[in-house]
Amino acid sequence: MATNTSTRFGRDGQSLPLLEINDITCNYGLERAVYDLSLTVNKGEQVCLLGPSGCGKTTVLRAIAGFQQLLSGSILINSQPVSRPGDILSPEKRRVGMVFQDHALFPHLSAEQNVESGLRALSPAERRTSVSEILERVGLTRVAQRFPHELSGGQQQRVALARALAPRPLLLLMDEPFSSLDLDLRERLGQEVADMLKANGITCILVTHDQNDAFAMGDKVGVMAEGRLLQWDTAYNLYHEPANRFVADFIGNGIFLPVKVKTPRVVESEFGELSGDQDIVMPPGSEVEVLIRPDDVVLDIDSSIRGNVVRKAFKGAEILYTLRFESGTIMLALLPSHANFAVGEHVGIRLEVDHLVTFEQASGSGDLID
Amino acid sequence: MATTSEYFAHKGYRFGLAFPKNSWTISSLSVAALVALPVAAVIWAAFRPSGDIWAHLIATSLPGYIGTTLWLMLGVGVSVLVTGVTTAWLVTMCRFPCRQLFEWLLLLPLAFPAYVIAYAYTDLLEYAGAIQIFLRTVFEWQTPQQYWFPEIRSLGGAITLMGVVLYPYVYLLARAAFLEQSVNVLEVTRVLGHGPWRTFFRVSLPAARPAIVIGVALALMETLNDFGTVDYFAVQTMTAALFDVWQGMGSLAGGAQIATTMLAFVILLISIERFSRRKQRVYQSVSSRFRELPTYRLKGLSSLLAFTACLVPIFIGFVIPLIVLIRLAVIYFGESWTPDFRTYTLNSLMLSAAAAVIALLIALLIAYSQRLAGGRIIGIATRIASLGYAVPGAVLGVGVLIPFAYFDNSLDALMREIFGISTGLLLSGTLAAVIFAYVVRFLAVALGQVESSLAKVSPSLDMAARTLGYRPGQILLRYHLPLIRGGMLTAVMIVFVDCMKELPATLILRPFNFETLATHVYWFASDEMLGEAALGSLTIVLVGLLPVLLLSRMTLRARSDRHTSVDTN
Repeated sequence: MATNTSTRFGRDGQSLPLLEINDITCNYGLERAVYDLSLTVNKGEQVCLLGPSGCGKTTVLRAIAGFQQLLSGSILINSQPVSRPGDILSPEKRRVGMVFQDHALFPHLSAEQNVESGLRALSPAERRTSVSEILERVGLTRVAQRFPHELSGGQQQRVALARALAPRPLLLLMDEPFSSLDLDLRERLGQEVADMLKANGITCILVTHDQNDAFAMGDKVGVMAEGRLLQWDTAYNLYHEPANRFVADFIGNGIFLPVKVKTPRVVESEFGELSGDQDIVMPPGSEVEVLIRPDDVVLDIDSSIRGNVVRKAFKGAEILYTLRFESGTIMLALLPSHANFAVGEHVGIRLEVDHLVTFEQASGSGDLID
Repeated sequence: MATTSEYFAHKGYRFGLAFPKNSWTISSLSVAALVALPVAAVIWAAFRPSGDIWAHLIATSLPGYIGTTLWLMLGVGVSVLVTGVTTAWLVTMCRFPCRQLFEWLLLLPLAFPAYVIAYAYTDLLEYAGAIQIFLRTVFEWQTPQQYWFPEIRSLGGAITLMGVVLYPYVYLLARAAFLEQSVNVLEVTRVLGHGPWRTFFRVSLPAARPAIVIGVALALMETLNDFGTVDYFAVQTMTAALFDVWQGMGSLAGGAQIATTMLAFVILLISIERFSRRKQRVYQSVSSRFRELPTYRLKGLSSLLAFTACLVPIFIGFVIPLIVLIRLAVIYFGESWTPDFRTYTLNSLMLSAAAAVIALLIALLIAYSQRLAGGRIIGIATRIASLGYAVPGAVLGVGVLIPFAYFDNSLDALMREIFGISTGLLLSGTLAAVIFAYVVRFLAVALGQVESSLAKVSPSLDMAARTLGYRPGQILLRYHLPLIRGGMLTAVMIVFVDCMKELPATLILRPFNFETLATHVYWFASDEMLGEAALGSLTIVLVGLLPVLLLSRMTLRARSDRHTSVDTN
C-alpha cells in the first residue's frame, strides 16, 4: 500500500461520484499548502480529512467551497467542473453548505433569521415551513427567536448546521465544527450530527485534527500531512493497517518493534515468531520494524515474556501500561482494569498480532509513539 | 481538459473572484491617487520657475520662519511630553483622590482647537484683560511701565497654549501603553526592591517609549497644522509665512515652495511615527493585560501633589478658557446671535456633514476592497490614502488649489478656443474644493474606525454568507453594515467635528464671501473683536466635546472590562 500521489482514493466504480478532486495543487499565501491531491466522494458518504494543524486540510476545504485558487488540477461537483487554475465558480453558485469552527452566525440575526438567510429563492410561506422543519430536526424550535449570544455553544453549533443545511446543499463542508465545544458535549453532538447526516443521506466532508471526531463521523478518513493525502481508508484500517510511519504515528498509540523477516508471512522478534495474514513486501532476511499496538499485547500470567511496569495510566475499563523488558525494549500494553499491577511489578504478556504492519527501519526504531 | 474550457466558456461563468477583484483594486487605487494629488501638486508647483521669490525667501525670511517653527515644535514637544506622560503615569499607576475622574477629565482639553484657546487667553491676559485690571487695582499701578507681565501673544504663549490642548495625544497613548505593560514585570521590579521612581524610569518609561513617541509626533503634526494661533499671536512660523507669500505677495508658486519645505517636516514626523509603531508591536507582544496593575497608594503630600498635577492641565486647558468664553458669549450675545451667524453655523454643519459622509463612503470602499481582494497593491493604496492626516491644512489648501486652478484654466482656454465661451472657474473657489480638502485630510480617521470594526467581523462570516448564496456587495449591505454601524457612526462623528474646527484649508479654499463658523471666528478675532467671536468659539468647543465624551466613555469601558476579567479569572 505504497503512497502514490496520483492514486485515486475513494472511487469504487459503483456509486455516483458527487465530488471529484483531480490532482489539485494550491498555495496558502505564498506557501505551497496542497500537493497533487486527488479524492472522490460518493453521494451520501460522510468522509473526513484528518491531520495536524497546518497540514493543508482547511485549504482543501476552501478549494472545494470556491474560496481557494488552484495552481493545477480541477474540482468537479456532479461531474461539472467548478474549479481549475484561473477559473473558479463563485462560492455562492456552488450549492455547497459550510459550517465553521467559530460557527460564523450572523450576530445581529435571530436563530430563525440565520437559518432563513440562505432561502431567498423561496416564497415567504415556503421559507417559514422550511425553517421550522429544519429547526425541529436539529431540536431548536424552542430557541428559534433567540440571538446567537443568547444560545449555548452547542445550540450555536446546531444553528450553524441548520443554516448550512436549509438551502439543501449538494455537499456539506465542516471545518473543525466541534473543536470550540467542551469534551463531553463534543462527543455527544458529534455522534448526534453523524446520525442525522447519515439518516438524511447528506454528503459531507469534515475537516478535523481530532481523531475521535474523525472516527465518529467518517465512513472514510483521509490522513493528511504537509499538504499531501497519505492514506484514504476506513478508521479500522487506518489504525490496524497504516500505510506509513506518519499515519501509524498520528493515529493511536504503539511502538515500532525491530524484527527480521523469516518467510513472507512470519517475522522473528525478541519475543518469538509473529505471523500475519498477508505477505510482507520485504524479502526474507531483511531487518524491518513491525507496528505493535497496545491492544496487540495480551495478558498471559504463564508467559515467559515478562516486562517491568514503568508507568501506568488508568483509562477506566482498561489500564495502559508502559512495560520495559530486559533487552531495554519498551512496550505499551492495554490490559483489562481488574489486572491491576503496581509500578515495579513484573507482568507476563503475549503478542497477538493479526496483521503484520512492517516498515523499513528508521532512526527512531523502538520508539514510543503516542 | 478542452471540454472543461468549453464548459466554462459556454456557461459564461463570471469567475467569481477574478472580475470583482480588479474593480475593487482599481477603485482603491483611484482614491489613493486622488488623495495623493494635492501633495503631488504642491511639489510639482514648487519646482516650476517662479521668478526669484525662492531666492528672495532664502536670502531674507525663510531661515527665520524655519527657526521659529523649530522652536515652536521643540517647545510644544517638551510640554506635551512632560504633561502627557506625568498625568498618564499618575492615573494608571498611583492611587489618589479623584483618580478615576481624572482618567477621563484629562481628555477634555482636546475639545479646544488651539486658536480658540488662544482667543480666550488673550481676552483674559492682555492689558485690558481681567487679570491685569485686577493686578492694577490691587497694586494701584497706573501704566504698563510700572510692572512686568508676560506677553501672551508671543512664541512662549503659543507654546504654552498648544501644549495645553495637545498633551491629551500623549496622555492617551502613554496611558494605554502603561495599562498594557506586563503585570509580572512590574511586580518583579517591586519585589526586587525598586521604588516607584526607579520602576518608572527603568521599566515603565522605556517600555512605553514607542507609544509616547507616536503621541508626541501626532501632537507635533497638529502644531505644524495650526494657523489660527500663530497668526493671531504673530508668531512667524512657516504656516504664517505660507499665507504671507501667497496672499501678501500673491505668489502661489512661492506658497508651494514653503509648503514643500513643510512637507519635509511632515515626512520626518511620519517616519518617526511609523518607526515607533513597528517597535510598539514588539514591546507589547508579551503582556498579561487582564490583571489589575500593582498601583502605588499615595498619601499626604505626594497625594496632594499628584492631585494638583492632574488638576492643573484640566483647569488651564479646559475650565478657565471655557468660563472666559461663556462669559464673553453671554455679554456679547446680542451682537453675536445674528442671521449671519446662523448662516455660518449652517454652512459649517452642511460642509462638515457632507465631508464626513463622503469620507465614510470612501473608507468603506477602501477597507472593503482590502478585505475582499487583499494584496500588496491595495495595502499601499490604503497607506497613501491615509497620509492626509499628516499634511498641514495650509499645505493641503494650496495643493488642492493648484490642480483645480490648472483644470479650470485649461478647460477655460480650451472652450474659448473651440466655442468662444469662457467657462470661468468651475472647481476652484467652490465648495467642492473645500469638501475635497476635508476628505483628504480626515480620511485616515474614518478609515481607521471602519478598518478596526471590520477586522472584528470574522472572515468565516463572509464565507458563510457566500456559501448561502450572497455576492460580496450583498454581503456588505446585508451583513457587514449592520455589524459595523457603531464604528461607522464614530467615524462620521469624528470627521464631522474635525471639519468643523478646520481653519487654514477652509480659509484658502472657501468660495468668495462664504464663511464657516471657524473662518467667522477667525475674522472677528483678527479684528480684535474677541467678544463677538466668543459665541462661535463656544459653539465649536461644544461640538468638539462630542468625540471627547465618546472617547472618555470608551476609556471607562476599557477599564470596566479589565475589572470583569479580573473577576472571572
